[in-house]
Amino acid sequence: MGLLSKKDQKLILDPLADDNPITIQVLGICSALAITAQLKASIVMAISVIFVLGIGNVVISLMRNIIPSKIRIIVQLIVVATLVIIVDQVLKAYAYTLSKELSVFVGLIITNCIIMGRFEAFALGNGPWRSFLDGIGNALGYGVILIIVGFFRELLGSGTLLGIKVLGDPIELTGLYKYGYENNGFMLLSPMALIVVGLIIWVQRSRNKALIEEN
Amino acid sequence: MGLKQNLHKIKMKYEGKKMAPAFNAIHTFLYSPNETTHSGSHIRAVDDLKRTMNTVIIALVPCLIFGIFNAGYQHYAAVDAVNNISRELSIWGNFITWENFSLGAWKVIPLVVVSYGVGLLVEFIFAVIKGHEVEEGYLVTGMLVPLIVPVDIPLWMLAVAVVFGVVIGKEVFGGTGMNILNPALTIRAFLFFAYPTWMSGDKVWVAEAVERAGTNDAISGETLLGSYAQNQDVITSFSDMFWGYIPGSVGETSKFLIIIGALFLIFTKIGSWRIMLSTVLGAVVMGLMFNGVVDAGWISESSKFYGLMSIPYWQHLIIGSILFGAVYMATDPVTASQTNKGKWIYGFLIGFIAIMIRVFNPAYPEGVFLAILLMNVFAPTIDHYVVQGNVKKRLKRLKVKTA
Repeated sequence: MGLLSKKDQKLILDPLADDNPITIQVLGICSALAITAQLKASIVMAISVIFVLGIGNVVISLMRNIIPSKIRIIVQLIVVATLVIIVDQVLKAYAYTLSKELSVFVGLIITNCIIMGRFEAFALGNGPWRSFLDGIGNALGYGVILIIVGFFRELLGSGTLLGIKVLGDPIELTGLYKYGYENNGFMLLSPMALIVVGLIIWVQRSRNKALIEEN
Repeated sequence: MGLKQNLHKIKMKYEGKKMAPAFNAIHTFLYSPNETTHSGSHIRAVDDLKRTMNTVIIALVPCLIFGIFNAGYQHYAAVDAVNNISRELSIWGNFITWENFSLGAWKVIPLVVVSYGVGLLVEFIFAVIKGHEVEEGYLVTGMLVPLIVPVDIPLWMLAVAVVFGVVIGKEVFGGTGMNILNPALTIRAFLFFAYPTWMSGDKVWVAEAVERAGTNDAISGETLLGSYAQNQDVITSFSDMFWGYIPGSVGETSKFLIIIGALFLIFTKIGSWRIMLSTVLGAVVMGLMFNGVVDAGWISESSKFYGLMSIPYWQHLIIGSILFGAVYMATDPVTASQTNKGKWIYGFLIGFIAIMIRVFNPAYPEGVFLAILLMNVFAPTIDHYVVQGNVKKRLKRLKVKTA
């Protein structure tokens, strides 16, 4: 990446792995559990959060010197709410069924801890370009985990990927189902999403021992 | 040179290598190790973890053998019922027969083999990775698992569930002795939520009922609780329920053998009589409350809870798996409460909640495994308050003395 300096590269790449918002900071868990039963919903959620966090970080960063610190949370909320409403309206206009599926969770991006966290921790103290990269990086890190969880939950829970029946038809008994395979209903329930996230954390920490906390 | 010497030689050869724990486990399972501690003062006792586990397994074996015969008997009884052949139970005439045994063994033995094979494989892999000894914890779990599943459960589902239960239920917490949840019940809970069509409903509880469903040879595979939940009349006699000639999970039907096992566990001081007794008490109290609601006329016969609520309180004990859960599951020393007062509270709430879930659960008329898992989670909290209460009492006493 010749475009970016080393420091800027770190802003994007760190949240993807060693400083991942979900698996390391354990933020944004609620939405990761709620909407990952389908891969498509995970992808749309990831894109929405990339949009909201990327733009939001820039806006907050531009206003950082004029926001009175006593009311900064309210200002931040207004910025997120505006962006989320844009996302919500776009989804309703161009992908109505999907927006029905995501239902309340698009609106709940406002309460996603990652977003407020990045505003507070980064955008309030850095310039717009660096804030933009930080927002994109963190949202990507969030999205990657969402998509991994969504992939396993949809594959094992419904036997499909993006709605395509990759394992065969459970009713006509083709593919794997011919041999007595059955979908794992537990995968569609939220507790299993938590366990999948836990397994990802496990794999990540056993590959990189530096991440294991002392206690 | 005997087997013991050979095993010892192999062990020495692999000493310090990665596979050492695996060989060590086989060696110490069969014999006591060659190297023992010589100096220092030690309390000498024979009841180590392996002995404890083996005692529980001995207490479970009658249930397993009965389960094998019962699996065959229930199948042929259901076939007869469909063909309108009346059937009178006689123990030597049509229960302990080769026919029942061969069908039951064909169904049940694979469950045992898969449970032990997969579970111990996972334990071995973890022992080798972590470099510690193979723990004996799975010996009892592996025996419990085939006894608490429906007889027709597909073997690959059982294998998946065992891997899940051992890894998520036990190994992630640090192995035997560190687990929060009972691993056998974690396995059952996984099966229940992952493959509900194989764990509930009116087909899975009698061998081959699923295969025959929809054909002319269809047989009923319903449990008594299922019949009660649908407000149907149940004609099974109470003695059949007590002796266990009823459909259900493989090993939980015979209340008589469970009570024998319970006495054995209490006599050998392996199982806690406090937990067993208080669980039964809890179930009785909840049952009495439901009976009271029915007697007071607060609930009409058209209610969907009427069937289960109107069962006399004592009958709740001889249908379903409340006794099996109380004796073999709730008493698991790792996941139960440790303090004596805590054990009373823990057991009482298990019985109380189990019957409550049994009556109110719309999808599945049984709640023993859910109740025990729930109380497993609360056991440390109960212990905490019992200990704190004791600390406070003694501080007070101290103040009175010094004042």
